[in-house]
Amino acid sequence: MDDSSLLQSSHRTNVATELRTRPSRRVRSSNVVGWLFVVPALVMYAAFVLLPLVLTVQYSLYHWDGIGPSQWVGLKNYVTVLTDPDLLGVILNAFKLIVFFTLLPVSLGLVVASIMRRVATGRFGTMARTILFLPQIIPLVAAGIAWKWVLSTSGVVNQILSAIGLGGVTRAWLGDFDFALPAVGIIGAWVLIGLCTILLLTGMSKIDPALYESARIDGAGAVREFRSITLPGLRQEIGVCITVTVIAALASFDIVYVATGGGPGLATTVPGLDIYQLAFAGREVGLASALAVVLFILVLACVLPIQRLARGDET
Amino acid sequence: MIVARREVLTGRLVLLVIVAITVLPFLSLLSAALQPSNSDPLGIQWPSDPQWSNFVDAFNVAQMPALLWSSILIVVGVVPIAVVISTMAGFAIGHLRIIGGRFIFLLFLLGLTLPFEGIITPLYYLVRDLGILNTKWAIILPLIGLYMPFAVFWMRAHFINMPTELSEAARVDGASTLDLFWRIHLPLARPALSALAILLSVWTWNQFLLALVLVDDPLQRTMAGALGAYQGHYATNIPLLCAGSLLILTPTLIIFLVFQRQFISALLQGSLKG
Repeated sequence: MDDSSLLQSSHRTNVATELRTRPSRRVRSSNVVGWLFVVPALVMYAAFVLLPLVLTVQYSLYHWDGIGPSQWVGLKNYVTVLTDPDLLGVILNAFKLIVFFTLLPVSLGLVVASIMRRVATGRFGTMARTILFLPQIIPLVAAGIAWKWVLSTSGVVNQILSAIGLGGVTRAWLGDFDFALPAVGIIGAWVLIGLCTILLLTGMSKIDPALYESARIDGAGAVREFRSITLPGLRQEIGVCITVTVIAALASFDIVYVATGGGPGLATTVPGLDIYQLAFAGREVGLASALAVVLFILVLACVLPIQRLARGDET
Repeated sequence: MIVARREVLTGRLVLLVIVAITVLPFLSLLSAALQPSNSDPLGIQWPSDPQWSNFVDAFNVAQMPALLWSSILIVVGVVPIAVVISTMAGFAIGHLRIIGGRFIFLLFLLGLTLPFEGIITPLYYLVRDLGILNTKWAIILPLIGLYMPFAVFWMRAHFINMPTELSEAARVDGASTLDLFWRIHLPLARPALSALAILLSVWTWNQFLLALVLVDDPLQRTMAGALGAYQGHYATNIPLLCAGSLLILTPTLIIFLVFQRQFISALLQGSLKG
């Protein structure tokens, strides 16, 4: 911490001396031109992000069906979001998805990446990387459609289960109250495993190989090596994986919309989908907006601590 | 590295399983797509009588050429403008170090983790009042704004590492700020620019929520939006649905396989910085 503030202040003095040594007219004109450079980006951002953000907060304080006159209700919509069992269940679903979107891809990614680092070199490694990355570049809608078919009654999953004698557990996975949410979670995990694996693999390649060699000489096994060298060296990459996947879980929409539409019942409804349904089908714009604000705050509340932890003793 | 033979074998086996799981949904789509139209296919089965005509049918019902054209137009509308204006902003904040730049940067950062669902409702009314609902502009304009936090963040990170001596030397030679930007810094920023352009193109191509809410006509949508509409229409005809989905995926897959190195490195850098 001390180091970083020191760096910042020395950096600030640099800027200050630089400003002082330049002729003042030039500073002023370069500032004016500089501001002109920022204006286009700022205008687009203000018009299509900041303004809607302010409007969301404003809508959230009203009862409005989207057509007729609106009525001021203060914080009532927020009270509803935080007390209504259905809405709380919807928010909870997003957190349950974190188990599948984050825990599964990051832990599996660690295992797969350490295997790849040791055994998958050359052509086989390149091919494995390319294939693992595929889910990352196709639209999530496509992942949803493909998996909806894979998990359907006559889909591959049931086919395989029957083939290995587990015909008794086959079911319509996405239509089952207990299994629909985990099934959606599996789709998310499938999308994110490749990204996590390859991010972690890149991180591993930055770890000094000499560390591994000396560990070998000291007689450390694969597990010990992983815990004492690989894991600490990957702190930043793991932080990135967790951040990206947690946001993907909390703000999920596409996969759920396509695979289950939020059903059965509300079993797989997540905040993003509920905002859409409340605002455009339920005509509850105020409530939808309050849920949107809560979602944004939840994302920030989850992401900021992760960022702080991951960057802890860096800088 | 010396690795025991048995470890190599088990390692490769685990990898093969993971790779198989990754490919499985695609194979399943292909298998179903080759079954007779309107039949009730089963998981993965060998297509004894492959119905390649399903792809032709899907190509026609989905109006593939029109879809492709629409998606291309949207990408062309979004990416160059977004890249240019974010580069200018990143240059001003990261290199010119304008007064108030820190505040502006924090303002942009605020939007970095904002889920699109969070502002989709007011965006709908905004786009409607602008009179561009159900046109490609309804996707293009908001997307440019929504990309600004990431794009500015990305370009600032590039420019902040550029040595100031470079600009000072050019200034001594009488270069204006505009010269500095066009002649010196833009050419040097090419790697950062192309990675950003790849990222934004993929994200635009795959954008679903904006297309769903703001544009009804699948022919005015992005590829992901069109796929969503296609699924809505043909959900019951599984072979045709699978054939159409595969077709809609094909352009992305081809481009990815050709430019995979650039794609992977861009996406990796993208998540590392974001």
